[in-house]
Amino acid sequence: MEKRELICIGCPLGCPVTVTIEEGQVVKVEGNTCKRGDDYARKEVTNPTRIVTSTVTVEGGKDVTVSVKTQSDVPKGKIFECVKALKGIVVKAPVHIGDVIVANAADTGVDIVATSNVDEK
Amino acid sequence: MKAYDIVIIGGGPAGLAAAVSAKEKGVDSILILERDKELGGILNQCIHNGFGLHTFKEELTGPEYAARFIKQVLDLGIEYKLHTMVMDISHDKVVTAMNREEGMFTIQAKTVILAMGCRERSRGALNIPGYRPAGIYSAGTAQRLVNREGFMPGREVVILGSGDIGLIMARRMTFEGAKVKVVAELMPYSGGLKRNIVQCLDDYGIPLKLSHTVVEIRGKERLTGITIAEVDSKGKPIPGTEEDYDCDTLLLSVGLIPENELSRGAGVEMSPITSGPLVNESLETNIEGVFACGNVLHVHDLVDFVSEEAGAAGRNAAAFVMGERRTSQGREIKLNPIEGVRYTVPSVIHPDQMDDKLTVRFRVGNVYKNCYISVYFDDERISRRKRPVVAPGEMEEIKLEREKLLSYPDLKTITVKIEEA
Ligand SMILES: Cc1cc2nc3c(=O)[nH]c(=O)nc-3n(C[C@H](O)[C@H](O)[C@H](O)COP(=O)(O)OP(=O)(O)OC[C@H]3O[C@@H](n4cnc5c(N)ncnc54)[C@H](O)[C@@H]3O)c2cc1C
Ligand code: SF4
Repeated sequence: MEKRELICIGCPLGCPVTVTIEEGQVVKVEGNTCKRGDDYARKEVTNPTRIVTSTVTVEGGKDVTVSVKTQSDVPKGKIFECVKALKGIVVKAPVHIGDVIVANAADTGVDIVATSNVDEK
Repeated sequence: MKAYDIVIIGGGPAGLAAAVSAKEKGVDSILILERDKELGGILNQCIHNGFGLHTFKEELTGPEYAARFIKQVLDLGIEYKLHTMVMDISHDKVVTAMNREEGMFTIQAKTVILAMGCRERSRGALNIPGYRPAGIYSAGTAQRLVNREGFMPGREVVILGSGDIGLIMARRMTFEGAKVKVVAELMPYSGGLKRNIVQCLDDYGIPLKLSHTVVEIRGKERLTGITIAEVDSKGKPIPGTEEDYDCDTLLLSVGLIPENELSRGAGVEMSPITSGPLVNESLETNIEGVFACGNVLHVHDLVDFVSEEAGAAGRNAAAFVMGERRTSQGREIKLNPIEGVRYTVPSVIHPDQMDDKLTVRFRVGNVYKNCYISVYFDDERISRRKRPVVAPGEMEEIKLEREKLLSYPDLKTITVKIEEA
């Protein structure tokens, strides 16, 4: 039996979570405040994932950058490939929240979308 | 002079949520004054995720969270002015503001909601003699430069202070190709959220050195390097522990401080601990009809709590305007934060005037493991809640019920403290 202490990153409360693993299987999750903590802990010990956020350059907009994120979480090992997929990308204003900036980023099956609105200048 | 029922100073998440809840309660004459070019406050530069899980049950980025509230403000037709700097608030609630179109102008408010947020501490953080070469930024300034202006301040980075903005920027600058060499924290614990240490430092192998500070800065025009050293329990550098780092950028993330010049000018009584106004159960300051919420009141780490608090401030201001407020009948209960609890918001309660349920928020002064958060009504312990760990970086709360308070007619003091298990 193995116990692993994690900090849930599901939200800024950061609950300390203890996962009990037996023969490679998660048998118990304790310390979480909500269901998300349980999900997070199971995933973190088997297949850790993260949401990636960054910005890309905007042309002809009221702002010069627009913030973006991966629409859902991607495997931890793919973070830098997702960041790389954004390098050099320039989009034209207007941009709206939810607009796809990069489809299927780094072959994760996850799109990178805009998280802010930038109107035309 | 123009007149409004509610004038809100600041259009960040606190100002927006206060406006929405006041409008929903039935007040139409509301004006938000914001000095920036857009609504949303600090959230517009916080592009990382982790906002809104409690409010919207989904995890949003800062700009997305702000956009939801901005939409509500627009849909409800609430008036606002951008590029408008509030210069003064008088004791009788005359607000003096300035913008390019109107110049200097005044507004008579029936109630004022203070929602000016906070600013970064910086002075005093670098308590060492010598040059101040280019390349030293506050973490929030770096955040604005990178995220909003698309400008990278440097390539080799050291961060002093482990506040959340510094942690977030460690990851952000790593994404942009910088090498973040170390985060040095003066205290024996981090000032930031645990989740940010996990996903901004640990994920990228960036070391966090607790009980360390910067003892030397090198470079004349541009920063070329720094030296950090371990400090003893009194915060004094221990000789022989120095380590040199080459770097072109030093970020300071040493905490936030509520922005209360306006409040002081109006004669609002302040707490020396939070640097924010002292408020009662209605989030009302010592000046009747002047309310406060969000980071101007006390520094929050969770925007969800800001929105919740601001919603209450908006409702209370609306009740005041509409003459619906319960009368206080003079009865007042003091909150007494001791033994590890640094402050409480609110600091006094008029039980007759309070809502059925009241959330009291506070911070602790140190890291405590396996402890209880205990609440005493005068000498009687009313509740205690077990907590595996509490830390200064994370805000705590207790809930009080009006019914319960009313059933103790002689209650004078509610004590909140940390008790060892
Ligand atoms: C870097 C960083 C990371 C964060 N990360 C998270 C997170 O992951 N999750 C989370 O839930 N929360 C997070 N927070 C916390 C949350 O964003 C803040 O608590 C929240 O934005 C505070 O809202 P506010 O309205 O009180 O202040 P602000 O957002 O600062 O808004 C105050 C507004 O008032 C305006 N103003 C000030 N003075 C005047 C004046 N004299 N006249 C006119 N206007 C004025 C300012 O321009 C500003 O727009 C983070 C905060 C920071 C700084
Ligand atoms: S368990 Fe739930 S409440 Fe606790 S940190 Fe995770 S998501 Fe937040």
